[in-house]
Amino acid sequence: MIRILLVLMLLILSFLSLFVGVKDISIFDIHQLDKDELLVIFVSRIPRMVAVLIAGVGMSISGLIVQQISLNKFVSPTTMGTLDACKMGILFSMILFPGSGMITKMVLSFVIALAASMLFLNISSKIKMRSLIFIPLVGIVFGNILSAISTFFAYKYNLVQNMEGWLIGDFSAIIKGNYEVLYLGIPIVFMSYLYANKFTIVGLGHETATSLGLNAKRVTYLGLGFVAITSTVVVLTAGVIPFLGLIVPNIVSLIFGDNLKKTIGLTALIGAIFLLICDLISRTLIAPYEIPIGLTVSIIGGIIFLVLILKRAKHV
Amino acid sequence: MFKHKIITILLVALLICIGIYMFTFTGVNLDYVLPRRGFKIIAMILISFAIGYSSVVFQTISANRILTPSIMGFDSFYLLIQSTLVFIYGDKTFQVLNAESNFAISVGLMILFSLAMYYLVFKRESKSMYLLLLVGMLIGTLFRSISSFIVMLIDPNEFMIFQAAMFASFDKINVNLLTISSVVLIGAMIFGARYFRQLDVMNLGRENAISLGVDYHKVIRVNLMIISVMVAISTALVGPITFLGILVANLAYELVKSSKHIYIVITCCLLTAVTVIGGQYLVEHLFNMSTTISIIINFVGGIYFIYLLLRSNKG
Amino acid sequence: MIQVKNVSKKYGEKNILDNVSVTFPKGKITCLVGGNGTGKSTLLSIISRLVSRDQGEINLVNQEIVNFKNRDFAKRLSILKQANHPNVRLTVKELVAFGRFPHSQGRLTHQDQEKIQESLVFMGLVDIQDQYIDELSGGQKQRTFLAMVLAQDTDYILLDEPLNNLDMKHSVEIMKILRVLADEYGKTIIIVVHDINYASSYADYIAAVKDHKIIHFGPTDEIIREDIMKEVFDIDMTIVDNCNNKVCIYFK
Repeated sequence: MIRILLVLMLLILSFLSLFVGVKDISIFDIHQLDKDELLVIFVSRIPRMVAVLIAGVGMSISGLIVQQISLNKFVSPTTMGTLDACKMGILFSMILFPGSGMITKMVLSFVIALAASMLFLNISSKIKMRSLIFIPLVGIVFGNILSAISTFFAYKYNLVQNMEGWLIGDFSAIIKGNYEVLYLGIPIVFMSYLYANKFTIVGLGHETATSLGLNAKRVTYLGLGFVAITSTVVVLTAGVIPFLGLIVPNIVSLIFGDNLKKTIGLTALIGAIFLLICDLISRTLIAPYEIPIGLTVSIIGGIIFLVLILKRAKHV
Repeated sequence: MFKHKIITILLVALLICIGIYMFTFTGVNLDYVLPRRGFKIIAMILISFAIGYSSVVFQTISANRILTPSIMGFDSFYLLIQSTLVFIYGDKTFQVLNAESNFAISVGLMILFSLAMYYLVFKRESKSMYLLLLVGMLIGTLFRSISSFIVMLIDPNEFMIFQAAMFASFDKINVNLLTISSVVLIGAMIFGARYFRQLDVMNLGRENAISLGVDYHKVIRVNLMIISVMVAISTALVGPITFLGILVANLAYELVKSSKHIYIVITCCLLTAVTVIGGQYLVEHLFNMSTTISIIINFVGGIYFIYLLLRSNKG
Repeated sequence: MIQVKNVSKKYGEKNILDNVSVTFPKGKITCLVGGNGTGKSTLLSIISRLVSRDQGEINLVNQEIVNFKNRDFAKRLSILKQANHPNVRLTVKELVAFGRFPHSQGRLTHQDQEKIQESLVFMGLVDIQDQYIDELSGGQKQRTFLAMVLAQDTDYILLDEPLNNLDMKHSVEIMKILRVLADEYGKTIIIVVHDINYASSYADYIAAVKDHKIIHFGPTDEIIREDIMKEVFDIDMTIVDNCNNKVCIYFK
């Protein structure tokens, strides 16, 4: 029942999203759109909607995966340095291969993001106290260190403002032809579906996983690989959208519990809905200007996360 | 005694640093270079002492070795003030708002902010330190998001103004401000030094301190005020730099192997001065100004911070 | 003499102490016994001003404790909380010296030095006085903190589970020292212990706490009774007399 409601909500919001923007296109004119309006819809509005949907689903699922693997509700691409690593990768490709295309940026960014995630998981597995609060704390500082390295080079090559640019996720520049790399996120989401149970088992510990006949290392790396790809394509096309992978799975688990079979779909749905809502807010609040969505998410998400930790920390 | 030896060594190291900083790479124009450098040295020593002092005392009254004002969102708050000012006044920022009034506004707001922040830290006595850290960092991120948003709205020229504020720098200090600041900072240090012995007792924990007749709440209150003023002034003078505190305070404890504040604070102040002057020298001559001291501090400080976190986790 | 009159304390809705009244006699050892979470520790904390109370009166030598100045209070009464060992780099002697803080505010006089030396000797810490406390064993650490309390030289000493984490040898050692302090130095000692037999062997008085109230108070002999023990601890005990010393047997 809830599922149907959510799907309905998603459809309505997606539809709405097509009719919000600088060029006034009314929903009631839908049967008599002129050529210009159709162009806007196909070149800008639909790509944007699709991008928001994929980013929302992808980042939420990424969060869910790492939370399963690390068995910590507050680990996510935001709190384990993955997003900072993506930024670093893009920066390095701009410095090392100026004028390079999407592929170079993507590959470098993916490699660095994957390496950083593995390094973080390694550090955190050495921590004895598996505290809910402690591991994300280390992760945030880890991300800050990566950021400091990036800033060092950005400052040197006069790219600080450029970097500030990608700090904030923004869908306004997305048009047909420059966002398609995001489609890579779709197969990843399906793969995550297939592997969901395995991630859960790996989270229970390598010994348990091995005794259940699972190659724990391989599954872990695969999971991190998924997360790194999703984060890379999202950062590359839209920019950093923080907290999404953190709060969506948490909200889902608070309301619907932790049965992964049930929650993975809900996480995807709610992730998409949440990001769509944020996108609509960003586009309408100070129209005709736009608030970068990364900022909207970061402020709304940051506050939700604060509430979540204060709430959950009570039970720790 | 061992502690005295350490302090002497650091003092000598500081003098050497000053000497090298003053008299190498001078070029021909000595009349211009030397006074300018002398002024910078004074500023660096003053700020270093404020950072060293406030970090040690903050760690004592908050009863942990990992918290510093910077981690509680202080630096981000400064950035927020700066970006808001640039946003309000645009490219006229420096005409409308002279350095003195910017300074006064920043210091005032930061003192208020730090008092609010500290109030939270000390009112929630039972909450875990890690939780506080995480909350502090989140608030920091929130402030940074808002600053970033404001920066997006400013055009690139004005962004350069903001960029200057984002990184700590000793190159932009104003003479009048330095004079006022030094009076306030030195006054605060002398006033605060009277509490060193009570702070020694505070190191034994709240219960022991009260049992030994220390007015626990008063000591915290007074010292918080002192620290707020110090941190606000040093951040407003040179920019976000307080992350350095966590590094030097812990190093000072490692070096001195004592818990007496008089030794720890002096060691920490000297250590900070050596680090800052040495770092500034490297930035100016090794990196040819291609980086700033705060980037280096964030990098080294971050790594050290993880080390501290992991170590505290084992104990 | 410490008089506690109608003291109550709540944390939120939860009762911690419910209208407690008791008088701790001077120059004696009084043991607080009872189950976990009954409020024994809170009572000690309230008497020593670590925790505020909601209602009631507490008098130390006929003066309400809140009316003492911090320093004066610390010269009369000291408290050592359980396992409250801060992580600081201090030598044994440096830590013990802190006991003199209420008297000299950190500037040690000749008399302070003597007191410090005296308590080091008394607690058998002279050989290790220059070691750092984080290198000590649990028993040595506990004795060091006791030495600090001793150096504070107060008439009233409150100890919250000082035997925690100590083996039997060290526990007996500490209790014997407390006995000497009461008998020869006239100190008034209030102590929380878990093992009823330490109370029965060393205490002059016992205060039995249950459900946030003191349900029995009296000389040790009168409290160590099978019916009272059953009421306080909810387990059956057999009490045997071992050379004028009652021992409670409750393991089976």
